[in-house]
Parts: sequence; C-alpha cells; structure tokens
Amino acid sequence: MPLKTELVTLNIGPHHPSTHGVFRMRVTLDGEIVKEAEPMFGYLHRGLEKLAEGRTYTQIIPFTDRLDYVSAMQGNWGHCLAVETLGGIEVPERAEYIRVIVGELQRIINHMLAVGFFLTDLGAMQTPFLLMFREREKIVDLYEMICGQRFLYNYMRIGGVSHDLPPEFFPAVEKFMAEYPAYFQEFEELLKGNEIVQARTIGTGVISAEDAISYSMSGPCLRAASVDWDLRRDVPYSIYDRFKFDVITGRNGDNWDRYRVRMKEIMQSYRIVEQALEQIPEGPVQAELPQLLRLPEGEAYVAIEAPKGEQGFYIVSDGSIAPYRWHVRSPDFINLGAIRDMIIGTKIADMIATLASIDICLGSVDR
Amino acid sequence: MQALSGIDIADKIETAVPGSILSSDEKGILVYSKAIPGVMKFLKDTPQFDFNYLNSLTAVDYFDYFEVVYHLTSMKNKQSVTVKTRVNGRDNLEVPTVSNLWRGADYQEREVFDLLGIRFPGHMNLKRIALWQSFEGHPLRKDFL
Repeated sequence: MPLKTELVTLNIGPHHPSTHGVFRMRVTLDGEIVKEAEPMFGYLHRGLEKLAEGRTYTQIIPFTDRLDYVSAMQGNWGHCLAVETLGGIEVPERAEYIRVIVGELQRIINHMLAVGFFLTDLGAMQTPFLLMFREREKIVDLYEMICGQRFLYNYMRIGGVSHDLPPEFFPAVEKFMAEYPAYFQEFEELLKGNEIVQARTIGTGVISAEDAISYSMSGPCLRAASVDWDLRRDVPYSIYDRFKFDVITGRNGDNWDRYRVRMKEIMQSYRIVEQALEQIPEGPVQAELPQLLRLPEGEAYVAIEAPKGEQGFYIVSDGSIAPYRWHVRSPDFINLGAIRDMIIGTKIADMIATLASIDICLGSVDR
Repeated sequence: MQALSGIDIADKIETAVPGSILSSDEKGILVYSKAIPGVMKFLKDTPQFDFNYLNSLTAVDYFDYFEVVYHLTSMKNKQSVTVKTRVNGRDNLEVPTVSNLWRGADYQEREVFDLLGIRFPGHMNLKRIALWQSFEGHPLRKDFL
C-alpha cells in the first residue's frame, strides 16, 4: 500500500528562542527535510534611516549603537569614519588607537557571543554560552570603566572619541589580556574535538565561494567559503596598516568553517589589541570641531570590517547640519539573502544551526 | 584599493553599450536606466573590469527624480566604482533589475521598492521586505511625513 505523505508548512518565529531576535521563517517540510523556506523580517524595523534625516551627525551616533547592538562600538566607528571621510576631518593619533582597542575588543565579544549562541542552537544547551558570557563580562566591565555603559556605548564622536581612557583602565586591561588566552584554550579543548559538534557541522549549510561572492556576503561567512577578503587588509581604513594580523579563511563554506573562522579571528583580534596597547601615544582624543558640524555638499560610501561583515555607510550631504540621505549597508541583512540556498534540502535541525552560523542581529537586519 | 574615476571608464562603456552614458565625473558614471542591464553586464564580465562584487545598492529621493546608486568592487583588480542611474517623476518608476548578475541585489532591490517605491522589472520576488505587505506608501520618500 503506498504511503500517503504531505508537505507541512511550519512557521518558526518571530518569538522563538533560536531565531536570534524577532526573525520569522515559514518553512515547508517533507518530514524533516526543508523543501522551501521564506525568511520574513521587519519586526524590528524602526525607520532609522528616515529618523537620521532630521538629526545632526552627532545625534545619529546613538542610532548606530542600536543597529548591530551586539557590536555597538563598530557601528559608531563606521558612521564616524564616513562623516570624517566626507568632511575631510583628521582624527588624532591617540583616538585612532583607542578606537582600534575598543573595536577589536568588541569583535572578540561579538564572535564569542555568536559562537556561544551557535553552540546553544546545536544543542549544547547553555554551557558554552555561559562560558562565553563569563569572558564577555570582563570586557564589558572594561567598557563600563571607559564610557559608563555596558551595552550601547555612544562612545565615539566625529573626529575621535568622547572620553579618554581612565587611568584604572590600563591595569585592568593588562589583567584581562594576561588571563584570556588560558580561558580561550579551555573553550577550544572543550568544544573543538567534540565529535557531535563535528558531525553536525561539517558539511551542513554549505555555500560555495562563487555563490558567496554573488550574494555579496561578507565577513566570516565569506571568508569561511574560502574567499580571501578582509576590509582591514584590502581596503585599509583607520590605522590598521600598522598592525600585523592574519586573515583567516575556511575551506568549504560549511557551518564548521564559519565556527572555526570566528574562533581563530578572536585570537587575531587579541593580537591587534596587544599591539595597539604597546603603541598607543599620548595626545588629544577628539579633533577640534564646531558644535554644529556642517559637512560640505557631496556623498561618500565608507565601509568597515564589522564583526558581522562589511558594514557600509552611504551619506549624502546637502551642506547642512543633518544628512540628506543616510543609508546603512548592513552585513547580516545581505548575508541573509543566501539562506535559502544554504538550507533547502537539509534537515530542520541543520537549518537552525545554519541560521545561527550566519550570525544575524535583527537590529542590523531591520534598521 | 583604487576608486576608478568615471571619466576614465566612460569612453569604454560608451563604446561597448552605445547611448548608455548620461554623464561622468571623477566620482563615477551616470547611465540611462534602460541601459543598466547592458552596462552592468559589461562591467561584471569584461576581464579588464571584472566587478564581481556588489557592495551596496540603494536609492535617494531628490524630489524631481530618484537616483539609484550601485557601488561595485573588483576583488581581483582591487578597484571600486560608483554607478548611478536616474528615474524622473514620482510615479511608475522602473529600473531594470541586476539580481540576475549579482544575487545580493535581491534583498536590496526589495528594500528600495518597499521604502522608496521604485520597481525593478525582472526581479523574481518584488515584495515588501521591512514593512508588512498591506502597508500603503513608501516611508523613505521625502513627501511621506
């Protein structure tokens, strides 16, 4: 007797512990296999691009925190860099070094969070996630020392940063840097060799290098697909040309590669912070600028290597104190474009893991 | 990374796709919207240019016309270029899609349609992306208050 089968349409989200925010996916399943998937988002759309049109460039900085709220310092940095490029504003040396230190510490936090959530979605429950958070707490305490905020900093300003590093910061960061490699080794030993992690992530959620480039993917997702492209090295901005670091690439573009690329990038960020702490000079931390900054007429597209990928800011200025158009090229919005290709034909459990490995943050996807 | 000047490449593009260039300056080139598929395919496939990566696709409302802006990168040649096109008026705006050349244009064109109301004929799935399907109006337009 032939077996009667039918396709099941399942709605995942927007309220769901594994969707990393208010993200909704409508999948059509044949048993466990995903036949069709339709990602739907916009639940966190706040109209930031429209709001920015009525605010001065400094007033937009808190919005940039709330784009990718997991790596808020990098959001600040991208916007400030775009305004400084358009306005021809020079940033003092000490401010550049401070930006690199806080920016790379932010990359460490972001990657730890991403990997922690990825492993939780794989089924490791909360243990790796809480181990990551234990380390994140130490970095977040450093940020609280600098700018008073743990999560959404509003720290960078056009032409520099808002406060200098307080004297108690340096012994605290030295203590963190001394202890961190041992903790990192602990995560690696607990997780890298685990055969369940390997069996579930090797070969799942695969995307090829050409597809990744065609989908305009960026960041660790692109590098895991074996494309050697990192804006810090290839389109250098700020003072990244003064630091030695490696660009990590994967081989197959599967979930395992994205996990490994992020873990190795954490240690590269650690190297950069070490070098920056040695080289940091004395000096002012903000350029002398008028209270209400006017940019010359014109436009600029400036992109930084944010932890999630290429975060670009396209600013059109009409010569007044507020932008005429402010657009954010959001890395995870564009990386999500590839998700259908990565999950159709795989099992539903792999789909959850693949979504986690792209590392989305809905603040940045929806804006 | 070298940002190509529009003046240098305008002649080559005009030769390959005649009647496409409206103007060019050192920031980039402005092409007629009907010529977008031809010019983009030329920029992507010609080995001399090889713009294989679409960084960003967005649009701006300038009251009398809308401008769609494309930022392209060639990873091999380490060059970047800005291509713009204009559509006049405020209703029935159409710019041919480039999502068949770079699949990353898919979501970005949907976002431009959703928030600014420019259609992209040839796009497989031109639906709203940030707002709900029954929403009326295009919020990023200057006359949406």
